[in-house]
Amino acid sequence: MNEMTTIARPTTLKDWETDQEVRWCPGCGDYAILKAVQRTMPEIGTAPENTVFVSGIGCSSRFPYYMETYGFHTIHGRAPAFATGLKLANPELDIWIVTGDGDGLSIGGNHTMHLIRRNLDCQIMLFNNEIYGLTKGQYSPTSRVGTTSPSTPYGSVDRPAQPAAFALGAGARFVARGFDVSKELPNVLKAAHAHKGAAFIEIFQNCIVYNKDVFEDFAAPKGAEDRQLWLKQGEPMVYAKGTKGIALDAEALHLKTVDVVDGDWEAAGVIVHDVTNRSVAHMLVEMRFGEFPMALGILYDDPRPTFEADVVRQNKAAAEGKKADLQGLLKKGQTWTVTEGGPEL
Amino acid sequence: MATAVEDRADGERQSPLSDAVVVRFAGDSGDGMQLTGGQFTLSSALAGNDFATFPDFPAEIRAPQGTLFGVSAFQINFGSSAIDTAGDAPDVLVAMNPAALKTNVPQLKPGGLIIADEGEFNDRNLAKAKYDANPLEDGSLAKWQLLKLNISQLTMDAVKPFGLGNKEALRCKNMWTLGLALWMFDRDRQPLVDWLNAKFAKAPDLAAANVAALNAGHAYGETAELAGPLKQHHVDPAPVAPGLYRTLTGAEGIALGLVAGAQLSKLPMFFGGYPITPASAILHHLSRLKEYDVTTFQAEDEIAAICSAIGASYGGSLGVTSSSGPGIALKGEAMGLAIMTELPLVIVNSQRGGPSTGLPTKTEQSDLYQAVYGRNGDAPMPVVAARSPGDAFECAIEAVRIAVQYMTPVMLLTDGYIANAAEPWAVPDLTTYEAFPVEFLTEVPEGGFKPYGRDEKLARPWVKPGTPDLLHRIGGIEKEVDTGHINYAPGNHQAMTDIRKAKIDGIKVLDQVVELGAEGGKLAVVGWGSTFGPIHQAVRRQRAQGADVSHIHIRHIWPLPANLGELLKSYDKVIVPEMNTGQLKTVLRDQYLVDAKPVNKVSGQPFTIAEIESAIEEALA
Ligand SMILES: Cc1ncc(C[n+]2csc(CCOP(=O)(O)OP(=O)(O)O)c2C)c(N)n1
Ligand code: SF4
Ligand SMILES: [Mg+2]
Repeated sequence: MNEMTTIARPTTLKDWETDQEVRWCPGCGDYAILKAVQRTMPEIGTAPENTVFVSGIGCSSRFPYYMETYGFHTIHGRAPAFATGLKLANPELDIWIVTGDGDGLSIGGNHTMHLIRRNLDCQIMLFNNEIYGLTKGQYSPTSRVGTTSPSTPYGSVDRPAQPAAFALGAGARFVARGFDVSKELPNVLKAAHAHKGAAFIEIFQNCIVYNKDVFEDFAAPKGAEDRQLWLKQGEPMVYAKGTKGIALDAEALHLKTVDVVDGDWEAAGVIVHDVTNRSVAHMLVEMRFGEFPMALGILYDDPRPTFEADVVRQNKAAAEGKKADLQGLLKKGQTWTVTEGGPEL
Repeated sequence: MATAVEDRADGERQSPLSDAVVVRFAGDSGDGMQLTGGQFTLSSALAGNDFATFPDFPAEIRAPQGTLFGVSAFQINFGSSAIDTAGDAPDVLVAMNPAALKTNVPQLKPGGLIIADEGEFNDRNLAKAKYDANPLEDGSLAKWQLLKLNISQLTMDAVKPFGLGNKEALRCKNMWTLGLALWMFDRDRQPLVDWLNAKFAKAPDLAAANVAALNAGHAYGETAELAGPLKQHHVDPAPVAPGLYRTLTGAEGIALGLVAGAQLSKLPMFFGGYPITPASAILHHLSRLKEYDVTTFQAEDEIAAICSAIGASYGGSLGVTSSSGPGIALKGEAMGLAIMTELPLVIVNSQRGGPSTGLPTKTEQSDLYQAVYGRNGDAPMPVVAARSPGDAFECAIEAVRIAVQYMTPVMLLTDGYIANAAEPWAVPDLTTYEAFPVEFLTEVPEGGFKPYGRDEKLARPWVKPGTPDLLHRIGGIEKEVDTGHINYAPGNHQAMTDIRKAKIDGIKVLDQVVELGAEGGKLAVVGWGSTFGPIHQAVRRQRAQGADVSHIHIRHIWPLPANLGELLKSYDKVIVPEMNTGQLKTVLRDQYLVDAKPVNKVSGQPFTIAEIESAIEEALA
């Protein structure tokens, strides 16, 4: 997010749409995310010209072409690095990174880690469809064990990466989760934008062609309340219409699900969500779906000074009281003057 | 390098020894040889000599003491007329231990002088240097003059009053040696004394001890037996143009040139780098120049370094990145993106021996193909190559100019030799440089905004994100002519490929000049980069003997100067000495169908003048 950009003129969804034909497969979850973003931008209240979408390569990374903002569709996995240079060149810009599970965690995992660690002020939307969409369906670093794909005809054997856990482990100060068609997604985006620093959002996205409905187990509207835990600051971690909750097994030091009887979540020991509690955040990102509901919403949000602010401050301090006298600089060091009579110091 | 106003008349340089001396200081990496060499260099400058230096140090940070691979050497060639190289064979070798003697004495001129620290020639060190017998005693050095001194002991005696520990006392050995060298060449000691006092201002005891060692070495020369091989030798000042001079290394030249380029283009600079030898020095220099609107960023790898620089260029800064071969290889894909998105960028490649990790601290020119051709797709990119530290300053400015005027990445080639070597440099007057301020597009031009519309140079407009009304998207997918929208149509790709090529081909570079000799004749020796020095001297010497040979030195590797083809064809023969297996040679043959013949050396060491001279003789035979 950026303070300078919040005083822009009002916009509508239309102002954020380009005239370019959207080229995702019909039914792709990317459409819903695009709409959610375009709908959210007017509410956030930034100016399109101060907004830049930077992406890598993948279906998801086509995103910038469809946003009526500045946009840079870069190379596979490297969007964080471009964003870093851009933000350092102009800290006033509001930068959104769009990446995929392959782009951001496979080829670009290193850059994602360092962007988060440095805490560059930007929003990182990682579209996790657990597959390489653009290259026609190979398994990805987030694919579940046993995923059959053109490159794993007998099923994948390697264990998947967990994007939110990866981000938190890299030092993220903001970690959130949402999914493509969720009505809550705009709120997640707004919170990410409001966070000053690197805001990491894992967005589960349905690749209808190569990994259809892999998230249905928790995202399907039917029975969703039993399988989704939407985290809200200051509110108890309850789900299933308030009949279940998440509590801490203090002895084993891990989370457990508990039954909530008659709405008395306190008696059941349900935890109240505190977005600044890093220890609990570590447990939330590790919560295995199935045994637990899918933790969604703002898992963690506790800002720290940003990279670009520290760089700017240090540059200023180092330049303080010094003149940019290049001619003088050229003359510095071991110099001597040659006169007609010969050299002298 | 030649700061001397002009070469002494060609014919007078039959014996280069009369007015030029080559000294090599060699010791263990811990002996401070680079420092000794650096200070001796300054004293040469103050004596008014022209000079060139060649630091040659091991890749290991702290190689085990006394070993052959732990030897660090510094060679300086100084004289009373133009000096172009660090010299072929040393006249004087200072060897601080057996390993230094063993690795360096083969290059010493027959009859040359060895000054050896006898105190270090003990059994242990002799074994480490794989000597069966003490070479100082067994007569194996008979073809040279030998002066054995117990420098270790003499230094200990000299610094005794200051109560230093053994180890610290021995550290002053290099100053003792420097003192002796100053006496040998009739140099003023005072600037060194001042320098030591300033350097050790916080530790007066150390300062005093070092000064005492320096004085003792000097005094030793004065009082030594005059009958011995040690003689004082005075080298007259070179006829140098009046003005302000400083010593400059290539890394400094590039850093300062980039800052100058940024100022001339009126842009803030963003430098993204990742440490690698010998390129790191540029990052180090720039990191200290915050007041010049320079932001430096140590990225997580070379890919991130270049990508961040492109991101900064996109944001309206002058994006710069720098590396050496292995890192440049990693940057390839991003260079393609900069070409596709037509954003300015300077990529500095400080070449070193390759392939792979190769020879990190040794010099080579083997990345020319990589620079000119090393990307996927038809990806033309300008390439500029520096010949010396001072020239690196000019080339950096030129690279910036091309980048911002033509909206293109530009590669600036230098090498390990230029990066580390120091030369005297006449400090330029910046007001004599023509500014080339960048004009960003800030509003919709007449006829509408076309992100890939072009000016007369075929450059597209540079628009900073944040500019109202000019919102657009860029990326690596093929662009539609003018609009910049995604477009895969066959005709469009043909058109865009042609435009990208025409833009780079059309870059205006100065016509090729003949450095020495004449247009047309029997033989042209064509070089590029740091081989300038040895080629220039060799051609000068051969011409003095009446040979019909000319020296052509190419700065603009791509696009090549417009007149180069005709010029090359005006010679009967063309030879191309390069520190690779013939890369510029291939480009010249391809571009002009000239029968350019390679002269190659890839030993990690620069060419000697003699090597080029024999190549010339052979070509003319
Ligand atoms: C250097 C490089 N390697 C490989 C590719 C091919 N490639 C393009 S997208 C992609 C994977 C994309 O997967 P993901 O990031 O999950 O994006 P999705 O298409 O699923 O949205 C690959 C391997 C490429 N474009 N560049
Ligand atoms: S391949 Fe999958 S992710 Fe890509 S556009 Fe089609 S549905 Fe979407
Ligand atoms: Mg994917």
